[in-house]
Amino acid sequence: MWTLTDFRFVGLYNFRTFFSEYSMRIGIKNTILYAVLTCGFKAVLALGIAMLLTSPMKTKHIIRSLVFFPNIVSTIAIGLTFSSFMHPTRGLFNTLLAHFGIMGPDWLGDINLALYSVIFTDVWKGVSVATVIYIAGLQAIPETYYEAASIDGAGGFQRFRHITLPLVRSSINTVIILALIGGLRTFDLIWSMTRGGPGFATDTLASIIYKQYANGFYGLSTAGNVVMFFLIAIIAFPLYRFLISREVDI
Amino acid sequence: MNKKIKYLIIDIVSLALAVIIFVVPFYFILLNSLKSRQEAGMMNLALPASLHWENYPEVLATHNYMMVRAFYNSVITTTGSILLLVAVCALGGYVLQRVANKFMMGVNFLILTGLMLPPAILPTIWVMDIIGIYRSLFGLVMVEVALNIPFTVMLYRGYTASIPREIEEAAYVDGCGSVRMFVQIIFPLLLPVTASVVVLSAVNVFNDFLNPLYFLPGAKNPTVQLTLNNFMGRYANSWNMLFADVVLITIPPLILFIFFNRKIVSGITAGAVKG
Repeated sequence: MWTLTDFRFVGLYNFRTFFSEYSMRIGIKNTILYAVLTCGFKAVLALGIAMLLTSPMKTKHIIRSLVFFPNIVSTIAIGLTFSSFMHPTRGLFNTLLAHFGIMGPDWLGDINLALYSVIFTDVWKGVSVATVIYIAGLQAIPETYYEAASIDGAGGFQRFRHITLPLVRSSINTVIILALIGGLRTFDLIWSMTRGGPGFATDTLASIIYKQYANGFYGLSTAGNVVMFFLIAIIAFPLYRFLISREVDI
Repeated sequence: MNKKIKYLIIDIVSLALAVIIFVVPFYFILLNSLKSRQEAGMMNLALPASLHWENYPEVLATHNYMMVRAFYNSVITTTGSILLLVAVCALGGYVLQRVANKFMMGVNFLILTGLMLPPAILPTIWVMDIIGIYRSLFGLVMVEVALNIPFTVMLYRGYTASIPREIEEAAYVDGCGSVRMFVQIIFPLLLPVTASVVVLSAVNVFNDFLNPLYFLPGAKNPTVQLTLNNFMGRYANSWNMLFADVVLITIPPLILFIFFNRKIVSGITAGAVKG
């Protein structure tokens, strides 16, 4: 147990060490890549699903419940389940691919693929919240707008481009902000699927901070915490302002 | 093509896709939690040769009934957090919406900042250690409450805006004090959003992994999510045990989901409107 009364002031030493480590640079790169990709996929995929689920289809209520389901299961349990699916020889994914004669990759063991496998799982889980937010936004758009556009001869794409997209903007912004910040802070899924491995291939800032904390490098861990703090502040606040400034009222 | 047939096809295709994408994984978990160790190791969707219900008591009994201890810890943490969150955030959200001055705008900005920025972990541990609540359930409850305040206050603030001020004015005219007015008049009106808050934060706190990992360390006193993490090391090759643990720790949120499906959704959407 480390003692709190006994500390030395080391200036920026911890930050220098932090940035000079190879694992750190890869960690920052991974964190940004992870956040941007999960955010992008969730924002686009969920909009499509939400538009489908607000269309006049009959099974939409059942599907809404199904889509929402992953949200109640803990991230760590989902990570465990998907690591089983991604088992290189016996996992469901590769058994399925084998039926088509494709030799599946080692989803979590391949240095170049592991991060994307975790990103895929994150999108699977996170698309539900985004869909719910979009559904609320889409339902708030008055039907009369679409009717008026149809009378003026607007096609499906034009209605989407000029009515749906601008009016669902505040939902899009919420989804982007939530997903991006969530992605920048991601830990549970990384930890339960790869523990940052293989090597440092899936380490993110949060997992590095935890590893340093668990190994007793409290100074480094806190330096990492501060780096994450600034990274999120630098990305999230300006983005938030920018997105809000482009919203229109219904 | 006929519109009716077109929608029928869309219905069938999307339902089939939704089942494959969202139901199969959970079916897989349940199925494999009931298999023998060898069968579960195959990781497939075949039906088990015989149902191994004993996996569940075995998981519960591991490490001298650590799971039971973990359930106790998780339930106490979740209940405590919810009670405190509702008490603090209902008051806070109400005042923040009703009193509009520079100071409140500042407070509001600070709270919204909490939605974005990550918590500073070691300084938090340092403070908790000094006041003697580190490694305690009470300490964990405090952390969970602190981290959930921004979102919850946002929900309450948004909902308060829909309550007409005339109600309070009438109550004041009739000689109602401010405490009594909040308890007897405002709080009952906030019940719909309180229901959302209760369900959302229950799922959130119960499923939390990171904070118990930092603030309730030690293998002897885990929460349910930590047991799964510990079992992943111990039972690395016993997938039936791991999935039995997953099923057990998913039951409480599942019950909430079944009863409050709509509440969860309305809570998220209410929180999603502009802050």
